Amino acid sequence: MNYFPDEVLEHVFDFITSHKDRNSVSLVCKSWHKIERYSRQRVFIGNCYSISPERLIARFPGLKSLTLKGKPHFADFNLVPHDWGGFVYPWIKALAKSRIGLEELRLKRMVVSDESLELLSKSFVNFKSLVLVSCEGFTTDGLAAIAANCRFLRELDLQENEVDDHRGHWLSCFPESCTSLISLNFACLRGEVNLGALERLVSRSPNLKSLRLNRAVPLDTLQKLLMRAPQLVDLGIGSYVHDPFSEVYNKLKIAIQRCKSIRSLSGFLEVAPHCMSAIYPICGNLTFLNLSYAPGLHGNKLMKLIQHCRKLQRLWILDCIGDKGLGVVALTCKELQELRVFPSDPFGAGNAAVTEEGLVLVSAGCPKLNSLLYFCQQMTNAALITVAKNCPNFIRFRLCILDPIKPDPVTNQPLDEGFGAIVQSCKGLKRLSLSGLLTDQVFLYIGMYAEQLEMLSIAFAADSDKGMLYVLNGCKKLRKLEIRDCPFGDAALLEDVGKYETMRSLWMSSCEVTLGGCKSVAEKMPSLNVEIIDECEQMEFNLDDKQKVDKMYLYRTLVGHRKDAPEYVSIL
Amino acid sequence: MGKEGLGLEITELRLGLPGADSDSSHRCNVMIDKNEKKRAFSEISEDDVEEGNRKKTTIKNQVVGWPPVCSYRKKNSFSDKDGSAKASKMYVKVCMDGAPFLRKIDLGMHEGYPHLAKALEKLFGEALRNAESCEFVPIYEDKDGDWMLVGDVPWEMFMEACKRLRIMKRADAKGFGVLTSKEALY
Repeated sequence: MNYFPDEVLEHVFDFITSHKDRNSVSLVCKSWHKIERYSRQRVFIGNCYSISPERLIARFPGLKSLTLKGKPHFADFNLVPHDWGGFVYPWIKALAKSRIGLEELRLKRMVVSDESLELLSKSFVNFKSLVLVSCEGFTTDGLAAIAANCRFLRELDLQENEVDDHRGHWLSCFPESCTSLISLNFACLRGEVNLGALERLVSRSPNLKSLRLNRAVPLDTLQKLLMRAPQLVDLGIGSYVHDPFSEVYNKLKIAIQRCKSIRSLSGFLEVAPHCMSAIYPICGNLTFLNLSYAPGLHGNKLMKLIQHCRKLQRLWILDCIGDKGLGVVALTCKELQELRVFPSDPFGAGNAAVTEEGLVLVSAGCPKLNSLLYFCQQMTNAALITVAKNCPNFIRFRLCILDPIKPDPVTNQPLDEGFGAIVQSCKGLKRLSLSGLLTDQVFLYIGMYAEQLEMLSIAFAADSDKGMLYVLNGCKKLRKLEIRDCPFGDAALLEDVGKYETMRSLWMSSCEVTLGGCKSVAEKMPSLNVEIIDECEQMEFNLDDKQKVDKMYLYRTLVGHRKDAPEYVSIL
Repeated sequence: MGKEGLGLEITELRLGLPGADSDSSHRCNVMIDKNEKKRAFSEISEDDVEEGNRKKTTIKNQVVGWPPVCSYRKKNSFSDKDGSAKASKMYVKVCMDGAPFLRKIDLGMHEGYPHLAKALEKLFGEALRNAESCEFVPIYEDKDGDWMLVGDVPWEMFMEACKRLRIMKRADAKGFGVLTSKEALY
């Protein structure tokens, strides 16, 4: 193909959109590498510390869209201290200085300051899309800057961020001339918004397809918004509380019926269950329903709602749906591909949870199921074996038994055989999270059968180093391994340090690895950053190599030790 | 960071159960029962820890980061008794022995005890440093009006129960009537 002019190759490469494929293309030969890098517009960086902004800019001068991830996954569960890192400011600063015409920025688990948002809003004329997932560090002042300065903004999508809400007028900062919005999601904000400004904004945004409101937006505003935006495809309802006999509620019913394009529904952050019938007319079209923030919706009202959703492909729900409710899902949602069942009560239990029965019902009724996140009271091997038989197409299988070391309650055995069946049957499995009582045996199965596995999460499992070794030796495509509270020590850690260069990262906390073991990895593999996170600051007083390390996070990098680590992080 | 100031208990990321002192004083972790092959959770009371036999109690929610639900979701989707989700602002008064005036902090802004400890140190750093080498104990007043030692119960439970905080001189603690969570039951 080398005798084709560059423009032809470039045109061909345009059809290659996945990051993996484009990365492969760039490795073929020098000329392909060059053409690929100049034509590359979208870059995904799974660990912001694996590369520097300067090198990114140098390689991809045509960059338009950047995705960055910061903190390790276990940061979601408070296992990573607050100021560990993941700051986006240096990236924005470097991009602003360069000639990059950034149009889209997608961040996950990063620290985003108001300063960064302000700089971002002022530095890129064509900036169109900001997506922040599980980020923190900013306030509504930063959002005001984005609203005010990004003249062609199409997308502002805030998902599950910790935002300091100054109750401002950030919504009012969208100028009258801003009519380009396609997607606006501020469901995670806690404060009031200027409802008039919101109504005016929606009125002048004819392309608005996705709107997710926060709980401060009351029902009567919702009704007005829906009247102005019947073209919506994705709706997140904030407050859904009203008197079912009121005028407003009648108006809402009419407004909802006009919204024939809605395929995705979420929110109900505050809900009066007796008002749900207004939603029924659009349920038949829904492909995604997210009720995981609506603990007020359960029992018969919930089941009735679900019975209307025959086309559902993705369902996110709380465990107050119960096994019975999952039975209704199994009977109704034959197109279901993804199910997430979250716990509704942090202190566990009682009647609010689901068991293995619900999962078995769904697996039997929904043959297309390929993605699962399931928080449950208990699980049995028999159930897992049945599920594996019913649904061999799992790509993601994440099971969380609320008591993390609970055995099969019927046989009192560990759940090795059950998970073994899952990995053996689901040949395309890419992501797996384990829980329950588990021995080294389950890891033997994983190493043997989980050939496509890319991400594995382990907690309170295994008997010995063998467990970890089975996984490291067997799973050739492993990219992310995160382990907590398992008896894995230096022997497992050091067996094959070269493996870690083929992975994005390894997290081990409350295991048996020692400072000496970690130092050894760092010595042998200069291409890895081996971080010891020591919040209790006990390492300060005792630098004995035999000391066990509380938290270790190692990742491959091309740019060596990061300079922004806090005091309690040592990079070996 | 010096060890005077707040009692170290609050800054230890206790992955095991409160009340059980970690014998491997080098780390904060779940206690391992060496008699059993699997990792076991230690018992709630210190007395049982002394015993040889350990039952595997289902204390699934007293471990940091378990269940693995992200903190945003924890704050926003767990059901209250009255059906409404948790309030976003949970300001409580904090007083410290020897400090001239009280402060207020928002418990909802903190993810756990270590985070709270750091925030308190920021607020009272001056007073802590000026105090003459005495140790402090953080206590809180719960909904029943009892003064409890900070750190015993899971963070979420603490957030709900805490009405006010006090950083008390350890010397004054004797005979003050601070209850541990066990005593409060009787």
